[in-house]
Amino acid sequence: MNLAVTIILGVGLVFFLGGAVGILRFPDFYSRLHPAGKMDTLGSFLMLGALALYHLHPFTLDNVLVAIKIALIVVFYFLASPTATHAIVDAGIRAGQAAWQKPKQGAGS
Amino acid sequence: MPQPPTPEERYEAEAQVISGQVRPARRAYTFIFTFPTLMALWVVLSGRFDTFHLTLGVISCALVSFFSGDLLFPHAPHPRLTLRLWWRFPLYVPWLLYQIFLANLHLLYLTFHPRMPELIDPHMVRFRSKLKSEMALLAFANSITLTPGTITVRVSPDGDFVVHAIDRFSGEALPGEMEARLARTFGED
Repeated sequence: MNLAVTIILGVGLVFFLGGAVGILRFPDFYSRLHPAGKMDTLGSFLMLGALALYHLHPFTLDNVLVAIKIALIVVFYFLASPTATHAIVDAGIRAGQAAWQKPKQGAGS
Repeated sequence: MPQPPTPEERYEAEAQVISGQVRPARRAYTFIFTFPTLMALWVVLSGRFDTFHLTLGVISCALVSFFSGDLLFPHAPHPRLTLRLWWRFPLYVPWLLYQIFLANLHLLYLTFHPRMPELIDPHMVRFRSKLKSEMALLAFANSITLTPGTITVRVSPDGDFVVHAIDRFSGEALPGEMEARLARTFGED
């Protein structure tokens, strides 16, 4: 059980790392939102899921309640995160930020 | 088979909510749906099962569902449709999680690829969705944003979508299977 929890936590960390590196590496505002808004979502889903699993270990009512509360956090995260990402994109479009396009000759940026 | 509400029915329901003239039958539906939801939340969050705390929960949940039951389920004129949605939606979620996982792996690959700027090709995708109800459009827009590679930029109430896609691969998948599954979930197929 502990091994499974550790593995899931590790995978979640990899996604968080990918999100952080992605924010630094992608070329413009809009494409940076892709890793920022969503790899975080999966990363936190995995990590909170692992924590819930870890808490279930002595299977008592209190621990089940804690696990359900963690699951509720995940549910609200999944509702709030895309909404926030959409709000940021919409603000960018309204402010007139131009989206980065691939250069025609494919020379890279 | 109950049909989803037409825009006219929705506006009528909204007008009734705003003016406070909610029909008693509708009040009863929203109460029946809101009360167990709130009560379940109360029990989970409080974690105490003695008579005192449960009584407090019943009283406050009943008051809240009586006064503002319309907020949680504003467009639920057909109880059977709502029940069907509650049955179908949990079936949609595992598929969505699987898609999120696959798409995240793709984005992870892009992020760590040394020649990433040549692989990505950000562009806008425009399409018109078949979905009609606002809840279905909201769920579709959030699902698009949750699957990496695509972010919903704008949705109109008629179902016109503008989506920012990070590369050709992510953009091609729209609207596709996700829309079909949501249409089934919300009873619009």
